[in-house]
Amino acid sequence: MRNIWTIAKREYDNYFNSPIAYVVAFAILLVLGIIFGLNVFFFTQNAFQNFGSAPDVSAITGAFVFMLVLSVPALTMRLVSEETRMGTMELLLTAPVRDAELIIGKWLGAFLFLLSLIAVTLVYPIILNNLVSPGIDLRVLLSAYLGVILLSSAFLGIGVGISATFSNQIAAFFITLITFVFLWWLVGFPASVVPVGGGVFTYLDMKSHFYNTLNVGVIQLGDLVYYISITALGLFVGTTAIEIRRWR
Amino acid sequence: MIKVSGLTKDYGARRAIHNLNFDAQQGEIVGFLGPNGAGKTTTLRILTGYMPPTDGEAIVAGYDVVEESLEVRKRVGYLPETVPLYTDMVVFDYLKFMGDLRKIPNVGARVDEVLDMVGLTDRANGYIGNLSKGMRQRVGLAQALMHRPEVLILDEPTIGLDPSQVVEVRALIREIGKDRTVLLSTHLLNEAQNICDRVLIINKGKIVAEDTTENLQARLIGAERVILRVRGESDDLAATIKKVKGVQGVETKSDGTVEFEFASGKDVRPEVAKQVINAGYDLLELRPLGMSLEEIFLELTGSDSKKK
Repeated sequence: MRNIWTIAKREYDNYFNSPIAYVVAFAILLVLGIIFGLNVFFFTQNAFQNFGSAPDVSAITGAFVFMLVLSVPALTMRLVSEETRMGTMELLLTAPVRDAELIIGKWLGAFLFLLSLIAVTLVYPIILNNLVSPGIDLRVLLSAYLGVILLSSAFLGIGVGISATFSNQIAAFFITLITFVFLWWLVGFPASVVPVGGGVFTYLDMKSHFYNTLNVGVIQLGDLVYYISITALGLFVGTTAIEIRRWR
Repeated sequence: MIKVSGLTKDYGARRAIHNLNFDAQQGEIVGFLGPNGAGKTTTLRILTGYMPPTDGEAIVAGYDVVEESLEVRKRVGYLPETVPLYTDMVVFDYLKFMGDLRKIPNVGARVDEVLDMVGLTDRANGYIGNLSKGMRQRVGLAQALMHRPEVLILDEPTIGLDPSQVVEVRALIREIGKDRTVLLSTHLLNEAQNICDRVLIINKGKIVAEDTTENLQARLIGAERVILRVRGESDDLAATIKKVKGVQGVETKSDGTVEFEFASGKDVRPEVAKQVINAGYDLLELRPLGMSLEEIFLELTGSDSKKK
């Protein structure tokens, strides 16, 4: 367990030395800031004309997860592949660290970085809460942020798994992005076309577990299991990739 | 401490090492000597648990490298050929990270200790990316020493160092080798001659010779050859030496020196010296022409390729 923490901590610190992490953080926070500003503007306009609903965080979190689809590949691409390129993989693979601990540590480091970013975005609901009387719906706030955290975990799981499989960063980036695009937009598409069994595709669709449920304040066990399973699958793929590399 | 039997590794269809057998005791520095591509790095990687062998068995510090890989890795310090460093880290943090991975208590103090051993105390807060190649090599060595390993495995430890650093690092390795097992690979013959108690010569994945450096020389030569130099004319010198019992193969060189041989173990040099002086010559030099490890090496690896 301590090994996981040691690796995660180095990875977390490393993000604050890397320009990519700052670019990602800046882009996410900028876009969210603009969306938040526009939202507040329209909500207040609507409120003056006595229609529209009370604002909640779903507009922010909804945009946030979309940004994650585009930016997580940049955060995970170098996690394992960089070690291979720099030769430090030899160091980690000959240190008394299990392959799974290495992969989980890498994932945890990235996850903690995203959690820090998520924590920063909490400033929007706090502002919103002060603008709205009697305050925003806390149930939606909790459930939507839980959704963002679970999605981050799943995205990073996939990203780490792919980074461990490919020794080239650029390859890892594009394959992660393509996987996300597939799981986010494409996999759910056949559900509306096929006569039977469309539920399977809907279940695989990553966004269907977020926008319709968690982001509107509905917490279902199935959604939690889905995201945790995806995370576990990604980490398993990553660990296996390392093991295969040893035996090759 | 290290026991290897029947070790074999295939990379696809290519056989990198073939049926290696050797061992190394505690307090022994064993050199692994061979040309590029001989299988040195492959063997070291198997011993450190980086990858499993195709066949055969290796026991390091009492544990099997495949079955009990984690136990082996806890007890082995390893400096790979390409020094594995995070260039965007500070030297101190890097060593602390490695110490944490090995769960060293009071890791900060140990980092200071190790930095002192490799002479990098003044660069502790510098970025690894800004260090010279020699310094990086020493950081790599420091990393391998962090956890006071029972077995130290070094892949080309002095490569890229300047001459005075080479001397320092070799002294450090000798110091460590006093109570621990050191296995190092090198393609520098004088390095093997210099620091190693025993040398394994490997070529094309097979061990072609294994002995102490002195024995290797003696074994290959059989007889010892000596060069003799006197001041001034040396016309009748050869005749004088031939009178001594046990002297063979006397040869006068064009520069006036005389070379001769005697059978190993029957040192005739004192007798020769007396005869030369009694004959009225001023003796300047009487020196054994030991076959260098270089020559042994070429002989072993060269003759091997000729057979094929």
